[in-house]
Formats: sequence, structure tokens, C-alpha cells
Amino acid sequence: MAILSNRESLEKFQDKLKSAQSHGKKKLVSLCAGSGCGAYGTAKVHHALMEELTRQNLTEDVEVKLTGCHGFCEKGPIMVIHPQGIFYPQVKPEHMSEIVEKTIKNNELVQSLIFKDPVSKAKITLEHDIPFYKLQQRIIFGNNGLIDPTSIDDYITVDGYSAMAKTLFDMTPEKIIAEIKKSGLRGRGGGGFPTGIKWDTCRKHHGIRYVICNADEGDPGAYMDRSLLEGNPHSVIEGMIIGAIAIGSHDGYVYVRHEYPLAVTNLTIALDKCREYGLLGKNILGSGFDFDINISRGGGAFVCGESTALMASLEGSPGRPRAKYVHTVEKGFKDGPSNLNNVETWANVPVIINNGADWYAAIGTKHSKGTKIFSLVGKVVNTGLVEVPMGTSLRTIIFDIGGGIPKKKKFKAVQTGGPSGGCIPERFLDLGVDFDELSKVGSIMGSGGMIVMDQDTCMVDVARYFLDFLKEESCGQCNPCREGIKQMLEILTSICQGNGKEGDIEMLEELGVMIQRFSLCGLGTSAPNPVLTTILYFRDEYEAHIRDKKCPAGVCKPLFHYEIDPETCTGCRSCAKKCPQEAIAGDKKKPHSLDQSKCIKCGICYDTCKFDAIVIR
Amino acid sequence: MEQTIKVDLSKIDNIIDRYHGNKEALLMIMQDISDIYSHVPPTVIPILVDRLGVKISMVYSVATFYKTISLEPRGKYIVSVCTGTACHVRGAEKIADALQQKLGIQEGQTTSDRLFTLKAVRCIGCCASGPVITVNKETYGGLDRTAAEKVIENYKQMPLNGTA
Repeated sequence: MAILSNRESLEKFQDKLKSAQSHGKKKLVSLCAGSGCGAYGTAKVHHALMEELTRQNLTEDVEVKLTGCHGFCEKGPIMVIHPQGIFYPQVKPEHMSEIVEKTIKNNELVQSLIFKDPVSKAKITLEHDIPFYKLQQRIIFGNNGLIDPTSIDDYITVDGYSAMAKTLFDMTPEKIIAEIKKSGLRGRGGGGFPTGIKWDTCRKHHGIRYVICNADEGDPGAYMDRSLLEGNPHSVIEGMIIGAIAIGSHDGYVYVRHEYPLAVTNLTIALDKCREYGLLGKNILGSGFDFDINISRGGGAFVCGESTALMASLEGSPGRPRAKYVHTVEKGFKDGPSNLNNVETWANVPVIINNGADWYAAIGTKHSKGTKIFSLVGKVVNTGLVEVPMGTSLRTIIFDIGGGIPKKKKFKAVQTGGPSGGCIPERFLDLGVDFDELSKVGSIMGSGGMIVMDQDTCMVDVARYFLDFLKEESCGQCNPCREGIKQMLEILTSICQGNGKEGDIEMLEELGVMIQRFSLCGLGTSAPNPVLTTILYFRDEYEAHIRDKKCPAGVCKPLFHYEIDPETCTGCRSCAKKCPQEAIAGDKKKPHSLDQSKCIKCGICYDTCKFDAIVIR
Repeated sequence: MEQTIKVDLSKIDNIIDRYHGNKEALLMIMQDISDIYSHVPPTVIPILVDRLGVKISMVYSVATFYKTISLEPRGKYIVSVCTGTACHVRGAEKIADALQQKLGIQEGQTTSDRLFTLKAVRCIGCCASGPVITVNKETYGGLDRTAAEKVIENYKQMPLNGTA
């Protein structure tokens, strides 16, 4: 492969790839190999598909692409057959011979594999007709299902690196920054700081400047950065190159979690390919501009998502944050002006350059532009990654796209923003999600985690859970965070164990405000949010734990017990068969009884009963 | 647990060379060493000090700050139960309970045959498939107690030099 030595050669190469694609193989099978589908067994399905295609002599006519995450992870492994766009969810190796025989060879549908919408129960054949995808606007995430992340040619075919070429040859750095400012892009990592202003400030400071990508996605319940890096690493690289041109930097770093092995692998392949093609390294596309990117693997420390801690970690030290009297855009990594943006922010950059700031700014709300990818997980029917315009209501995301709450249970809250965010109750479901609206109700956008909770989730336990997380992750430098979180956790744990007392709630509030005001970094200042918002919106649950010694959701073991409602119990014996303690007795078709002295409250009977006869008391 | 582990020093040198002896890569070097020996054996620490030109206190500081590094030997299979928020609300605790019972060890411990180490980890980013566990680099999603126990059973039956 010849190195792309100038803009013309890139454009010619792009044309060649596009025409090859239009004259290419008749059928394209896109099989999701993202981490979610991978966990459900993509590798085995792929193997079976290739064997079947070889057996039927079809390898010449059918192209199989292992793509990045399609987003609908609940239904993995996902297969989409093009050109029609036929969608088969939850495919297994044993389905391959039928799919090849019917759909690939004869354009017939395999009726038993067609997607059935869990809400309307309707059978839907094509991917873009499925409600989960239909209501999304996938400007950042859309290419994931079309390209093989290990193929740079695939990315170039979808106009990859043309935004970079445009910035290298048609735009001055000032013009690039003006364009990003005009687009209204704000940082997707959590803070929502205007990206253009950050770039501009960094550019104005002297010294060796660095461009860094924060892929230390530590928020539990959020995985959009992982899926972008795994599924479309070149979009992030292209964004970083454009940033480097604008800022005047020649050294880039991606700080990625060690726990994301596939993201590391795909990114490494992508960087090597870029160097081979002349899109990274010395004299990029003959422009005279030099830039390269290194990978640094994080070590599993949540605090390293904080900018100063991340830069300390990049330097090879423990990732402890410092006070930001001097911002990192002035003095950051190796004391040079350093511009840090999150994965999703970088992936937005080429889209803005290609389509123009005006086009981009027309999407979203007044102060939050563009789309946002959310990780819609927890107690929701369609879990997965969802990209919607800023300002889309929580109700649309959770009920129309997400399909609502499984098993006809009742929605209780949605947690946004990870451990630094808050829990939003039902009455705010019509809130349009953007940076400002979320902070008005005490939560934050964060990196985009959206964890849905139902009637079986205990809000006191959730608050305890987050503080337990943050206690572990506190770096221990400053007193308010290290000691304050520990004290709050002790109070919450005692409430969950049934030892809560009057005054505990007030003490939690007092400690929370103290930690918010006096902690050193963002981890500490936002740590009390999950507790304070649950107290604000679910005070009755705290009071039930403290005063009545009851956990209404049936989570805190010392505060509830299971009973069998004799009126509803049909005597089907399902629960009795599954009980590991043999605590349930009763004849067939007669109401059963539960021996409290044997019960360990494991909840198997509660999950098993189809008649809601097991009740929490 | 006391058992001397034979360390192939040429392998350690190769890893350090891969990062050009750059002290900024200390954490990654230790991660790569852990991939071979399941932990950072005490015998390699002086080598790191020497070749990277860092203080011994820095090596310990980094090794104890980051969760991916262990100074104690771990099992052949590292079973990590994800306790991220999405897995938590979908019953990660029940999976952890089941695995503790199945393996007869507590979280953080290693089985006496040095086959399994059980760890609780924060979010591994497979939130839509929760509850999730990983065994070394393989991920298993959508688990309940029985399915989780079955995963362990499969590894138990695997030949000792087999790959995951």
C-alpha cells in the first residue's frame, strides 16, 4: 500500500474505495463484535457463519464484517444483513445454516428469528424500523454498525480523514477554533466546558503543548466511550489530529482503561495503520505538520478520570489530583499546556468540521448543542447505547426508546452522571436532558450513564452503594473527602442494617455540604450528590428504614422478610423446588407456607413466582 | 501462598525494552509482568528500579495505588464479578454470593489449588448485559446463579494448560 503523501492521493484513494464498494459483493453481513455482544458469544456465531458460507461455496459473494457496537446490546449477538438491513437479534451458531440458506441465498426471512418488539409485540424485519433505533439520531455512533474497526479503509470509505484534510489545507488554526466555538460543542466527559474555549486557551499558552484523550471511563454504568473506541477508533484519532492542528501540538496521548482490552487492541491497530498511511507521524499528507499519538493504559483508579490526576498518571506516578489554581491548559502534563477532552468529544470534532458549525448548532437546545450518547441500563427493557439530540426528554429515552420497565414493574428513579450524579424521580420524567436542566434537579449529565431503577431498588441502598464506591476510590489526600465519605458511609450502612436513628438524615446532609465545599477535586465535591438527591426525593424511604425499621423495596436484608400471600398463591411448587434452604412447604395446588427460621432472603422465590404471591413485608 | 516463583529475567527485560526503558511506562510494564506471572514478583522490583531509574518507593507507590497490580500471587483464572451500578441493580451481589459458595473462598482470596482468584471489580463496561463476570479476558453476560456456577465448572474441567 502506497503511503498517502498528499491531499490528492487521499481523495483518489477514497474514490477508489467507494467505487469498489458499489461494485463489491452482493451481500454484506454485519455481525456485532462489541464487548456486549461478545459477552453473549459473537465469536462462536462468527465461526459457525464462516463454516457455513465455506460449505455452501458463498465466500466469494458474501462479505462478513465484524463491526463495533450497534448499541442494542440487550439483544446481542446482533446480525444485520445488507443491502436490505434485515435485523436478527440473539443469533446462535445453530441458526447459521438456516440464515445462510434462506436469507442470504434466497432472500427469504427466517420467521423464528425476526425481532419481536417487546412493547408492541409486533414483528419488525428491518433494523431502522425498530423503535429503539428509529427515535435516535446517530451522527456520532451511526458508523459503528457499518465499519470494521480494524480496517482503516472502511473508515476512509465513509469520508474518514476528509475533515482532517480540510483543516490541514483549507483552514487556519484560528478558523478551526472559531468553528468549534460556533458549533457550541461542550465537553462530553461530565463538566460540559465549552471545547472551543478550552482549545483557544491552550493554544495561547507557550511551551510544548499536549493533546490528550480521556478514555478512563470509570463511571459504573457507562460504556459509550468504550464502544466508540472499540467500534470506531479512527473517528477519535481524526478528532485528536484536528485538535492538535488547532492547538499547535505534536504529541498526543490516549489514556485508556486497562479493563478495556478490546479498545486497546483496536486503537493500537488503528494507530499503526494511520502511521503506515501517512496520516500520523512526520509531515502528515505532505502538509509539513507532525503529530503522533501514544497509548497509556490506566490501572483501575476512578480518580484518574480527573484531569490533573490523569496527567499525574500519564507521567508514571500514582494518579492523585492537585488543586487547580493553575489550569492544565496552562500547565498540565510535564508542565506543558495540555488539552484534555473525552472520547466522545473528540469523535464529535470531525462531524462538526465536515457538516459545518451551523448544521451542528441546529441540533439540541439553546446551551447544549449536538447529540449525546447515553448508556441506558438497569431496569429497562431495551438496554444499550442510545444517541439522541440534547433536550430529548427522559420519558422518550426510557419509555419510547428503552421500552419501559420490564415485568410490568413501576419506575422509581433514573440515576444520571455516575457516582457524582443524582437520582431523578418520576415527576421529572418530562425533563429535556441537557447540561443545564439536569443540574437544576440536582444531578449532572456526567459522561452519559443512565441507570433506570424500579420499585425493587432501594434508594438508601443505592446511596450506600455509591458512597462505598467513592470511599474505595478516594485518593486519600484531602481530609473532607477521605474522612467525610467514610463517616457518611458508616451512617448509611447502619441505616441499612436497621440501626438508623433520628438525626441521621440531618447529619448526612450536614456532612454532605461540608464535603462538597471543602474537597480538593471533583471526586470529593460531587461525592455527596447521590446521597443528597435521594434524601431530597426519597426521604420517605430513609424514614421507613430509620423509624419503621422497614426496607420497602426488599433489599436491605435485616429490614424485611418474605411472606407467601395465601390468596394469590396457586400452589404451583415452582418456588419450593428452587428454594436452596428447603424453607417452602405445601402441597400441589394448595397455598404454600414459608419457614422464616430457615429463610436466608436470597430472593430466588420472589424472582421465580409468576403470580406475585411472594410479598415483601 | 508462600511459594517462590521462577522469574525469567529475559522476559522482564523484553517488556522494559518494549517501552524503551521509559519510566513513565512503569504502570504498563507492571501490568505486562502481571499478565505473565499473575502479579509483580518481589524479585523484579530491583530490576525496575535499576532499569527505569525510579526510586523503590515509587514502584511500591504505583503498585499499591492501582487496582490492576497485585504484589501477591493470584490464581490462574482471575474471576472478576462486576459490581458496577447497572450490575448492582440487576443482582450482582447474588452472583458474588453464588461464586463465593461455589469456589469456597471469599472475595479477594485465591483457591488453595491456585486455580481461581475471586475479585469484585467496578464497572467493566458491559452494562447492558449485566450481571456480568469476566474470567481473565473473557466476558460472560446475562448471568444468574446457575449460569455463573456453570462458567466456573467449565474452567474447572479445562486442561491445566488450556486457554480460556
